Amino acid sequence: MPPIITATNLVKQYPGVLAVDSINLAIPAGICFGLLGPNGAGKTTTIEILEGIHPPTSGTVLYKGEPLGARYREEVGIQFQHTALQEFLTVGETLELFERLYHHTLPIPELIELCSLADILDRDTRKISGGQRQRLLLALALINDPDLIFLDEPTTGLDPQARRNFWDLVELVKSRNKTIVLTTHYMEEAYALCDEIAIMDKGRIVSQGTPTQLLSEHFGDVVLQIPHADAGSKLSELGLRATEAGDMLEIRTNRLHHTLQQLIENGINLDRLRIRAWTLEDLFINVTGKKLST
Amino acid sequence: MKKFLAVLHARNMEFLRDRSALAWNFAMPFLLVIGLAFTFSGSNREIYKVGVVGGIERMRSVAPTLQSTKYIQFIPYDDLETAIGKIEHHQMDMLIDVGGAPKYWINSSSPNGYLLERIIWGTEGHQFARQTVDGAEIRYVDWFLPGILGMNMMFACLFGVGFVIVRYRKNGFLKRLKATPLGAFQFLFAQLISRLLLIMVITTIVYTGCNLFIEFNMQGSYWTLLLVATLGAMSLISIGLLVAARTASEELAGGILNVVVWPMMLLSGAWFSLEGAQIWVQKLAQIFPLTHMISAARAIMNEGATLAQVMPHVWVLGITSVFFIALGAYVFKWE
Repeated sequence: MPPIITATNLVKQYPGVLAVDSINLAIPAGICFGLLGPNGAGKTTTIEILEGIHPPTSGTVLYKGEPLGARYREEVGIQFQHTALQEFLTVGETLELFERLYHHTLPIPELIELCSLADILDRDTRKISGGQRQRLLLALALINDPDLIFLDEPTTGLDPQARRNFWDLVELVKSRNKTIVLTTHYMEEAYALCDEIAIMDKGRIVSQGTPTQLLSEHFGDVVLQIPHADAGSKLSELGLRATEAGDMLEIRTNRLHHTLQQLIENGINLDRLRIRAWTLEDLFINVTGKKLST
Repeated sequence: MKKFLAVLHARNMEFLRDRSALAWNFAMPFLLVIGLAFTFSGSNREIYKVGVVGGIERMRSVAPTLQSTKYIQFIPYDDLETAIGKIEHHQMDMLIDVGGAPKYWINSSSPNGYLLERIIWGTEGHQFARQTVDGAEIRYVDWFLPGILGMNMMFACLFGVGFVIVRYRKNGFLKRLKATPLGAFQFLFAQLISRLLLIMVITTIVYTGCNLFIEFNMQGSYWTLLLVATLGAMSLISIGLLVAARTASEELAGGILNVVVWPMMLLSGAWFSLEGAQIWVQKLAQIFPLTHMISAARAIMNEGATLAQVMPHVWVLGITSVFFIALGAYVFKWE
């Protein structure tokens, strides 16, 4: 699939801060691309350069092989991390306002159905819940039927149920063969939605690939979790290195069959044994040395 | 055009549904016009203006006590007719002629003229003969009305537009619009027209409402007055747009707008005439759109001036409108 958007040697220099440091990206059409990174990693600056909101200090961004221009504004959809809407307008009026700013638009009824806005059409935009607001903002991002959609931390601050609902909505959008560029703090969100991710730290991309690919590249082993009470001091006698994680002991092994055999032979109760899969959170800590939420 | 109309409609809705702001926009000019028209608002003016025909030196010998009274400014005039015109139009509080038998003129509706008459009786007895102005005497309220309405329009234009755009920029709404195909000029022009419509409707309602009680003098054409008011408001709104074109802080915008507002308020002739002020002050006043709007409105309402007669003011208002909106669009930043 040819890239819908490419960035070459992107640099953004603020006084005393190199926010983006020679980033290269080529995002294929039709995928959901996740940009992850701790606060200050440069992901919002990067995404805003890709959106055409800020110019880079150097480097180029091409959309469908062309520099960003008037066509880009017509064909791109953006949901910012922080945004405000015109006050004293209802949800329906806000949709109408944005609809009239574009040449080509999705029919409003279709958008209302897609983003489940029918119940709140007459509500003042200042009086809707966080989840409803995010659905409205997504509808505004989709109003011009864009080929490329930027979602900058769209579920931050939402409760788990609202977040799950939003994921379903993004899946629906994905199923329409749209390209989505997503930034998020939530690893499970990136894992659930993204076909490809890039992890940023200190203005650079430190790791990039599909979630499964990256996990297998960085973690060749698995983690066994055994309650401290069941294993006691026997693990060290067996020569197994364990780390404490709350009231559990975690054993990393790349020879699962052999390790399990060892534990059984030494009479360790495995009734409460759990095998934990590596997550993107682990990957993130591994490559950046930081927790994503910090 | 579709984008412009969309933003215009949205801004109008926002303004009309903000009930408290809307109510205040109506209440404020009503309170000002009615309150100030019926009270002697000039109490804080320290200098009374007295025109003198016949020479200041002769005045010293004819009325030495009056001449040495504090807080009265004596302005020499050569032409009696011109000086009487100033009394008629409240540009001067009293006129004294010491060329022959001492005489004085006041406008009978002028609060300052009334006080000066008492002062001249007290200082010089009744040696001065009282004269009345010929022709239509302009009531104080008729002189005052264009100024007070103009000043209210100035506040509504500058702060109404300036603060709204700065708020949009601060809360990220402008950034959201930047991500659409909407252009800066389309956005700014929609803001200008929206504010203009609202101000003209409000000012018309306030004028009509007050007119029911006060019956303002109207010698000229309402259409010419409407044209002058529209261009004046456009020019003032354009200044507000220019101030807000890059400002991201309400405090800074407020500071800059005050720097614009105060000189206009003091020097545009809204509160008092600049007759007798230093020449450079009078020239400085000519750079303010409010000066031209008020001068033209007073000429239309009180002297029956035609469009051709107020054309110099119309040109200034038109040119400043175009200049400020073009400059505002050029330097405008969405963030």
